[in-house]
Amino acid sequence: MSADAAVEAHALTRRFGAFTAVDAISFSVAQGEVFGFLGANGAGKTTAIRMLTGLLAPTSGEARVAGRDVFTQAEEVKRRIGYMSQRFSLYEDLTVRENITLYGGIYGLADRQIAERADRLLHTLGFTHAAGDLVRSLPLGWRQKLAFSVAMIHQPEIVFLDEPTGGVDPITRRQFWEMIYAAAAGGTTVFVTTHYMDEAEYCDRVSIMVAGRIAALGTPDELKRKFEAASMDEVFVRLARSNEGGGKEAAA
Amino acid sequence: MSVAGERDPSTENAVAVDGVAKRFGKVQALDGISFTVALGEIFGFIGPDGAGKTTLFRILTTLILPDAGTARVLGLDVVRDLWALRTRVGYMPGRFSLYPDLSVEENLAFFASVFGTTLKAQYDLIAPIYRQIEEFRERRAGALSGGMKQKLALCCALVHRPEILFLDEPTTGVDAVSRREFWDLLGELRAGGLTIVVSTPYMEEAGRCDRVALIASGRILDVDAPGAIGGRYPLPLLAVRGSRRFELIQALRKHPHARSVYPFGDELHYTDDREGAGADEVASDIAAWLTAEGFADARVEPMRAGIEDSFMALMGTPEGAAA
Repeated sequence: MSADAAVEAHALTRRFGAFTAVDAISFSVAQGEVFGFLGANGAGKTTAIRMLTGLLAPTSGEARVAGRDVFTQAEEVKRRIGYMSQRFSLYEDLTVRENITLYGGIYGLADRQIAERADRLLHTLGFTHAAGDLVRSLPLGWRQKLAFSVAMIHQPEIVFLDEPTGGVDPITRRQFWEMIYAAAAGGTTVFVTTHYMDEAEYCDRVSIMVAGRIAALGTPDELKRKFEAASMDEVFVRLARSNEGGGKEAAA
Repeated sequence: MSVAGERDPSTENAVAVDGVAKRFGKVQALDGISFTVALGEIFGFIGPDGAGKTTLFRILTTLILPDAGTARVLGLDVVRDLWALRTRVGYMPGRFSLYPDLSVEENLAFFASVFGTTLKAQYDLIAPIYRQIEEFRERRAGALSGGMKQKLALCCALVHRPEILFLDEPTTGVDAVSRREFWDLLGELRAGGLTIVVSTPYMEEAGRCDRVALIASGRILDVDAPGAIGGRYPLPLLAVRGSRRFELIQALRKHPHARSVYPFGDELHYTDDREGAGADEVASDIAAWLTAEGFADARVEPMRAGIEDSFMALMGTPEGAAA
């Protein structure tokens, strides 16, 4: 395993009873890379992300994130990563500023740091006027931009984004990707899942999971050439269709 | 929204909505919308979360009352005639709404019994869809994959033979392959004569509809056949390809006539503010500008707008942005 990869998985495997959700996947993600982690529903993406973020132990294999072993050094890993998902990221009954303060505290920032970063974050997002609003009252697109900024408040080395743009309007979706690029330009590695295949094109490299395995990995251009496809959508459909029978059984 | 030329909503149209509004506290969920859906068509509502799609579907399926305006479905008023209407519409809500602890078969039997029928009596209708999940009929619904849950929910919405089907974001969160299969199924149902009203946040799914309404912030931005909407794009639109994509975006935005620059898959779409200018002229102007900015390898071509281009141009500002 190379020392300076941001994420490194080697034969990472997770079984649930007789079902192998993640089947010996190996890959590495370079620092500052925008890495798209794609796959059909039930292909094993969420299980893999839960292992990489130290939330779930593997059945076998190993993984290092930010240079630490995710199983023996899980707490150190958690301090060095950010995480946001579509389903849950912010507390809806807290205000915008309260959410920022809460997460700053969870990540161990000093009060003065939290106040400074909160002001800067609100200014960058243009949310200063909404600092006292309940998160529940914000449009989804705002919430997702705020959640991403909060996931970055402790300046993590790697941020995991699980379907961050689902249901978001097309303009905000693109603004969100510009935030991803700004983060990557600042040296943060971005590990992102999406069902929007146009977004797969925005990644430096993409992996596609099919039935627990990584069926393809490369830059969008490489994958389109390899599968003789005009778009990533076509690449995705071809790979997933090639596995019809098995994919259906992989319900989780 | 003009509805000129669309008369007699009760007999010809499956749905006729006139000036419907609905407010929840401070939020104007629907802001006086009007449209019609013809019998036998697939009519799509395309728009982001929070656009008002779910509120509209709940009004059309008699689950909530509008504050203002009228809505007729199958010629029946959604407020006055709700009991007559309920047995004739099928509704698949956006969130997974089946009983996770019941099996596939038990869910279907339950929904059939609510409408006084049985799975057996309706089997022929749902068979094309049900066969795809039948081997899992004893599995708990909560343990199905996303694509299979959607198919089961569709079967449950169809089991009482509705004349019109309302599907609220049936493909949200579903992977690209399962989404295609789902739209194939809708095409088959339409071929059987069913009217389908469906909403989605995925712009590329507009092409699977006969007509679409673009909806944002409780208002309809445009209604037409998907191909016709792009044809009305008001400004010159260019596709730009090149390396160093995000620097390329910044360079294009600096152009004095840039209206908007957005990434679209492996291209950028550049809209110029010179209304009426020839697209070829604008393209060569932009190509020259990019060469001067150090992007000599960039390729610039005029293009026809798609639904997502139109949607963003009509939306103007992202959702919730200060006006």
